Amino acid sequence: MKVLVAVKRVIDYNVKVRVRADNSNVDLANVKMSINPFCEIAVEESVRLKESGAATEVVVVSIGPKAVQEQIRSALAAGADRGIWVETDDTELSGLAVARLLAQVVRDEQPGLVLLGKQAIDTDNNQTGQMLAALLDWPQATFASKLEVKGAEVEVTREIDGGLQTLALTLPAVVTADLRLNTPRYIKLPDIMKAKRKPLATTSPAALAVGPGTGVKLLGVTPPTERRGGIKVESVAALVDCLKNQAQVL
Amino acid sequence: MSERESMQFDVVIVGAGPAGLACACRLAQLAQEQGREPSVCVVEKGSEVGAHILSGAIIESRALDELFPDWQQRGAPLSTRVTREEMHLLRSAGSAWKVPHALLPRAMHNHDGYIVSVGNLCRWLATQAEALGVEIFPGFAAAQVLFGEQGEVKGIATGDMGIAADGSHKDSFTPGMDLLARYTVFAEGCRGQLGKTLYARFGLDAQADTQHYGIGLKELWDVPPPRHVEGLVVHGTGWPLAGDTGGGFFLYHLENHQIAVGLVVDLNYRNPWISPYDDFQRMKHHPLLAQYLQGGKRVAYGARALTKGGFNALPTMHFPGGFLVGCNAGTLNSAKLKGVHTGMKSGMLAAEEIAAALGQGDQGGQDLSGFAERFRASWVYDELQSSRTFAPALHKLGPLLGGALFALDQTVFRGRLPIALHDKTPDCARLRPARECEPIAYPKPDGVLSFDKLSSVFLSNTSHEEDQPCHLHLADPSLPLGRNLAEYAEPAQRYCPAGVYEIVGEGSAQRFQINAANCVHCKTCDIKDPAQNITWVAPEGGGGPNYPNM
Ligand SMILES: Cc1cc2nc3c(=O)[nH]c(=O)nc-3n(C[C@H](O)[C@H](O)[C@H](O)COP(=O)(O)OP(=O)(O)OC[C@H]3O[C@@H](n4cnc5c(N)ncnc54)[C@H](O)[C@@H]3O)c2cc1C
Ligand SMILES: Cc1cc2nc3c(=O)[nH]c(=O)nc-3n(C[C@H](O)[C@H](O)[C@H](O)COP(=O)(O)OP(=O)(O)OC[C@H]3O[C@@H](n4cnc5c(N)ncnc54)[C@H](O)[C@@H]3O)c2cc1C
Ligand code: SF4
Repeated sequence: MKVLVAVKRVIDYNVKVRVRADNSNVDLANVKMSINPFCEIAVEESVRLKESGAATEVVVVSIGPKAVQEQIRSALAAGADRGIWVETDDTELSGLAVARLLAQVVRDEQPGLVLLGKQAIDTDNNQTGQMLAALLDWPQATFASKLEVKGAEVEVTREIDGGLQTLALTLPAVVTADLRLNTPRYIKLPDIMKAKRKPLATTSPAALAVGPGTGVKLLGVTPPTERRGGIKVESVAALVDCLKNQAQVL
Repeated sequence: MSERESMQFDVVIVGAGPAGLACACRLAQLAQEQGREPSVCVVEKGSEVGAHILSGAIIESRALDELFPDWQQRGAPLSTRVTREEMHLLRSAGSAWKVPHALLPRAMHNHDGYIVSVGNLCRWLATQAEALGVEIFPGFAAAQVLFGEQGEVKGIATGDMGIAADGSHKDSFTPGMDLLARYTVFAEGCRGQLGKTLYARFGLDAQADTQHYGIGLKELWDVPPPRHVEGLVVHGTGWPLAGDTGGGFFLYHLENHQIAVGLVVDLNYRNPWISPYDDFQRMKHHPLLAQYLQGGKRVAYGARALTKGGFNALPTMHFPGGFLVGCNAGTLNSAKLKGVHTGMKSGMLAAEEIAAALGQGDQGGQDLSGFAERFRASWVYDELQSSRTFAPALHKLGPLLGGALFALDQTVFRGRLPIALHDKTPDCARLRPARECEPIAYPKPDGVLSFDKLSSVFLSNTSHEEDQPCHLHLADPSLPLGRNLAEYAEPAQRYCPAGVYEIVGEGSAQRFQINAANCVHCKTCDIKDPAQNITWVAPEGGGGPNYPNM
């Protein structure tokens, strides 16, 4: 079985996000970018599927400008077999645009399983996997914390409020990875070198015959209001007074 | 350890700073000229190239001009020229005296310079190196030097990953690798962890003066356009540094309405109550600096030690199987406070020495002492040497000019002009007992121009895997409380720019706490601890700050 994994290039989770002075967007100048942590988990899972014999090939795909090749390469170093780069100038594709492009890649590649992160930590949309499943009319399981391929089905345990739910999906299917699905491995130096020689194909929205435009436009980004510094009070009475009169929460 | 894998290269370089990357590029260029495949690998402990680079910086393009004469077409990030420069003596919290340009020694003229982010310069150099066939591995720290049977350096071992705080192996445990090389170039920057062991092993500093250091603290600010004068460079010294403490500040107007502001404090300071961090914070309130920062927003913070010994402290830079280059050897020109061009050139010279040997079939492990000759014949040597004799040469200019300069140094700068002196006391031995010194009452940060340490560390984007052994080793864990606290009021609490060291609790519950996860890898503790009890070793690869364009 072939597994297709979608990875997104996002602002690194260690970086303190800043908004541009004109509130047009998040400031990405000079900022460290990485593979979305949930996508990294999806890559790790697909490599484990291959190691266990459940998968025969892992194909990783990313959509965006040239720089996304870095994230494809790191997925290849983690063990994926080959990459597909869908070249777009736009770094702000909406979930629907991404899902449409992925759907076309899936039709061409015919994988048995598509793995994605449950959401990207930059825009937190939590939409792409779901929309992809709908476009393909495939079964889907989101927020996977355990995944087992059993013959023509994949059994997925999902984290839901207050407990776990286990689903069996008929393959081919779409699954999105949650935090506890696995812990990605440390990448080894020789694997980084090998990754440079693994095949990486380039395609484009035009080649995939997917048109632009999804009816969504970014209007602005506003940072949260800054927290004011705390104060120390001398007594309980002073605290109550402050809560009442200054903070006006009592 | 039998489970370790190994890889063989012609050259392994430790550290992707300006020196290491210039060395890598030059090696690859020369291999191509000789018709060989470059076999060069660079390991870098930062999560990406540039993540651990912190500099001023005004750089001279001399080394870069030689390495890539067409750097402009290749898009090197040197776009802001110095357009105007000022030097001030801060006389108090409110007043300053502007030093007339004519009185400035030549070494302090910067009109040929570019204001750059050295982090971005390194990112660019890394793409050039990779295009030339160099393998660069960010996220991997060199943890150990590997020696061959004759005692020669034969490579390095990268650190193990996935070790828990208690030393046990986690599920993710991945052993480090042996990276074997014919020649290994150590370009770890100031106070390199492996470099330090090589100095001792090969006696590299036997003929040299004691190395001296400074700690540089720096912030980046986004400022409103009206306050921004691209290309303006402001330097100065004086307040708030007290008495015999040397150092100075810089404030550079970069592109995109950003300002880099920083303070360098010489680490030979004597009063253990000094907190370079707090001096930096209050310095920004001086009207000379505040006028530019007012209304702006601080976007990055960090700190890094630098070498100040200059020519007199240069060690032997070659030894069997390897070289020390850049600030790991102390090639910084302390009269100019510039180390990028000299560091790069030293790396390029090592590359030329190695390529010449490899081209003749050398199998490695030799002591390529021809490097010393190459170095002596280069402009770096001339430059560093002339800085050493900077003061005496000026004296020879006669009583008028020399005397004027002497007066300038003594009365205006109170001896703080960076003139090379033979100071043989190491920085760690300079502290006076706390009881003999005046505690310093630093003002509370206002949250507008000045900030507390923790919110600053937050802006360094520092992260370490929490469950790993502490990377700050105490040779004797009883010394911080047993000796340093009583004698020096444990200065680590104040010299560490990231709040890593704390004394917590009272009485018998009192203990010395190390918040290792906050460490920004500046190396100051390794240098300044009066007990020389702290050894900095690289934590798990990828840990540490994630500096943007610092
Ligand atoms: C892969 C991934 C998975 C995630 N999964 C979840 C999830 O399942 N559920 C969820 O709720 N969130 C999740 N998040 C979001 C993430 O956990 C939040 O960013 C986090 O909860 C923020 O917590 P925090 O504010 O305490 O941490 P931080 O942002 O690290 O802490 C900020 C605050 O702590 C202080 N601080 C930081 N370090 C120190 C220190 N060393 N000493 C003293 N003070 C310090 C700072 O000053 C600041 O006030 C996930 C994020 C990622 C990247
Ligand atoms: C505040 C400040 C201002 C400065 N201003 C200027 C200026 O205006 N002009 C100028 O020319 N110079 C300036 N300098 C000096 C200049 O930054 C240094 O001279 C220069 O960066 C030295 O280059 P390097 O390659 O030797 O070391 P570094 O730049 O320190 O690079 C060393 C690299 O090696 C990595 N490394 C270290 N140890 C290991 C290990 N064990 N394993 C793997 N990787 C490792 C580090 O993470 C780092 O990336 C300034 C320095 C400071 C601190
Ligand atoms: S612990 Fe040492 S190296 Fe780390 S930030 Fe503090 S002084 Fe610098």
